[in-house]
Amino acid sequence: MQFIQPDINIDFIGKRFVGFAVSGVLILISLLSLLLHGGPRYGIDFAGGTLIQIKFNVPTTVDTMKEALKPVGIIDPSIQQYGEAANNEYLVRADISYKKLEGLSEKVGQALIQAVSDPSETNESSDSSKSLESSETSVPTPTTQTKSQEIEDKDTMQKTLPAEVRRIEMVGPQVGKDLREKALLAMFFALLFITIYISGRFEFKWVMSAVMAGGLMGGVYLIKSVGISMPFLIVFALILAMILFWFLRLQYAMGAIAALIHDVTITVGIFSIFDKEFTLPIIAALLTIIGYSLNDTIIVFDRIRENSRKLTRDTFDLIINKSINETLSRTILTSLTTLIVVLTLFLFGGGIIHDFAFAMIIGVLIGTYSSIFVASPILLLWKMQK
Amino acid sequence: MVLFASLLYVLPSFHIDVWPHKKINLGLDLQGGMHLVLEVESEKAVESTIERMGNDLRRELKTNHIKFANLKRSAFQLHLDVIGTESIDRFNKILDDDFQEFRIVSRKQDNEQLSIVLDLPDSEVEEIKKKAADQALETIRNRIDEFGVSEPDIRRQGSRRILVQLPGVKDPGRAKDLIGKTALLEFKLVDDQHSVEDALKGKTPLGTEILYEVVENRQTRRISKKPYLVEKRTTLTGEYLTDARVNIDSQYNEPYVSIKFNKKGARLFERITESNVQRRLAIVLDKKIHSAPVIQERISGGEARITGSFTHEEAHDLAIVLRAGALPAPVHILEERTVGPSLGKDSIRKGLVSMIIGGIMVIIFMLVYYKVAGLIADLALALNILLIAAGLAGFQATLTLPGIAGIILTIGMAVDANVLIFERIREEMRVGKSPLAAVDAGYNKATLTILDANVTTLIAAVVLFQFGTGPVKGFAVTLSLGVLASLFTALIVSRQIFDSLLINRQLRSLSI
Repeated sequence: MQFIQPDINIDFIGKRFVGFAVSGVLILISLLSLLLHGGPRYGIDFAGGTLIQIKFNVPTTVDTMKEALKPVGIIDPSIQQYGEAANNEYLVRADISYKKLEGLSEKVGQALIQAVSDPSETNESSDSSKSLESSETSVPTPTTQTKSQEIEDKDTMQKTLPAEVRRIEMVGPQVGKDLREKALLAMFFALLFITIYISGRFEFKWVMSAVMAGGLMGGVYLIKSVGISMPFLIVFALILAMILFWFLRLQYAMGAIAALIHDVTITVGIFSIFDKEFTLPIIAALLTIIGYSLNDTIIVFDRIRENSRKLTRDTFDLIINKSINETLSRTILTSLTTLIVVLTLFLFGGGIIHDFAFAMIIGVLIGTYSSIFVASPILLLWKMQK
Repeated sequence: MVLFASLLYVLPSFHIDVWPHKKINLGLDLQGGMHLVLEVESEKAVESTIERMGNDLRRELKTNHIKFANLKRSAFQLHLDVIGTESIDRFNKILDDDFQEFRIVSRKQDNEQLSIVLDLPDSEVEEIKKKAADQALETIRNRIDEFGVSEPDIRRQGSRRILVQLPGVKDPGRAKDLIGKTALLEFKLVDDQHSVEDALKGKTPLGTEILYEVVENRQTRRISKKPYLVEKRTTLTGEYLTDARVNIDSQYNEPYVSIKFNKKGARLFERITESNVQRRLAIVLDKKIHSAPVIQERISGGEARITGSFTHEEAHDLAIVLRAGALPAPVHILEERTVGPSLGKDSIRKGLVSMIIGGIMVIIFMLVYYKVAGLIADLALALNILLIAAGLAGFQATLTLPGIAGIILTIGMAVDANVLIFERIREEMRVGKSPLAAVDAGYNKATLTILDANVTTLIAAVVLFQFGTGPVKGFAVTLSLGVLASLFTALIVSRQIFDSLLINRQLRSLSI
């Protein structure tokens, strides 16, 4: 069976300006969306705050939950249905800083459970527990006291089970900030290492690219200690890297890094357009995209290198076009198999994995597109100069 | 050739042999549990050290009849005024002889008055901070060990952070209380000579302070605070404890905590009870009064009991924290992630379902698209998954939910290598090569490409491993294992199968 005939010959290079235009518009929309939303929407991993996933066994409304949360000090939580409506499962999010937070997660869970539990039954059980407890006047500290109360309530829960707290996540603002920086640095380093590898493998300029990458890395750390904000620094370093690649004529590295920045920017942009949250798994997805979307690019690059040795008489743009066409079948097939599994993850993987799979789907699609329409045509930029 | 074929058969059985011994660890997000990052407020340890040294200095100055005023601590510094030339001379001598640890920040002499600011050298401060963090880690470890969580993971993270992972913990709130409680136990005498009411109005007599006993009525849930006027001076602290146990009061059938002092503590306790009969001794835990029983008689033997209407769990936990000792400085929670066991089970189920569906779809696709060659790729894929599982067990790595996603992802990526090879073989066959030559050329030419493509994924996975915490790290692990396994299965195993088919069985045509 074959989807794409071996003798296919599409003039990709001739249409490269269409590709550039499409990419340009996509990137512009991405940046615009980011700008309008005031940057990416960070999940609690990066912004700090509290997230509680709670499953009720009786129907409840968002308003009941909000009402129940007021006494705990959460005035305006974001409450979101999780999964199907019949599940009665909700995600409660509050962006309270940690100083006020100690023990809060339990209290929130407690308040929510209380809101839906049948009051008569709760009383009954505390009556029965009373008979076990003596009523001596000297009582432990308030923390232990509330705790004992909770334990009683949990006993009650086991009988009636009105709700179950399934997940609690609390991240302090400092941790969030640290993670944000680490995530950016990780993406930057992944990009850098990959470009070293590419220029080493394709142009045998290991030393040059390594020295350059070392310089960039050192520079980033040096400027970081001065205290310039990370995002600007990384953007600056990437632009600097592109300029260096240009002047050092590391064309394959240039093509690869341009394609990668293209892929990541558009994925982030689409996330922003759909107003989805950035969490740790999404960063994992972005890094995987950085690693994976290059697979197709490398397949094409490999063929370009092979063909330019074989077909010395053809012009470079012809060689590139021929290479893209020859590898088109496998480029699409490899992406297809990956897309199959990512789609099943998206459909069946459950809530936590859902957004991760979504990012991967976008990444795989954009990555395939960019290896044909972005990475390869960039190799031509040098030729056009001449 | 034979060697490889045999290796092929040996490998799986090897894994099955290994499996029962080393089970794959499930991450907290799959088996349920709690992940905490705590920060030790190590400055507090420095402050309390300086406070204590200030008290020593105060006592020393008093016994030597040196006139001084305004001895107070602000942050890490001690401020002090010494009055009178003679006092200043003697003060200088004491400072040089007995308090060499102090560093003099500034001294200003105005006629008869010396204003001096003291602190500790930076190296000393660092030392105290480090010790506080070390000791906090040790104390928390002891508490958790006694609490009885199977396979807890407690370790330092940076200079003052502590990572605590408690798999399968049933009651996260209780565990958090146990870990986070400073558990500073103090015995203070209650001042019965002055009225609490006056003190509450702001006339606290010298050397006393107001502490509260907090009582919550369990039926009405009203909290009432009962103030006590107690002496600031701590007569005895929890550091003299050797043991703390839960006992049941036979009369009220109610749990209490019996504590036992060491020799020095027992002597101190005896002396205090002896000289303060008929006074009340407040048992203070973390600045809150637990109870304030009247001392009926001299108590020797160094045993005491802490009562209060505890539940059995509370008494149990209190005994644990008292045995493990107080935290040298308070800790607070920076990050908390708790997953209930039911959610973990859900995640595993959903992960397996998507793995099976995704796997079957890829297998069918390969079969339909490449026929016999597809079957070979599918065999390689099955081996690939087995290898990942074996790798996880072998390296004692932890399988997390993103880790399962990583395995599923590698199912899709693993066949990529085969796709590249098969496409190349088809290409070679179109040129007119024999199946054997085409396979040979296909593998030779595709190998480098496959290596290059996988190395970039591997780079990203390694960076991710460096950056990631917990679940995300699990993803990086399975992704790296998957990439390595797929390189092995695609480049070596499937090649062997092809060769054995084409050479040994002398197949003339190739269904690809």
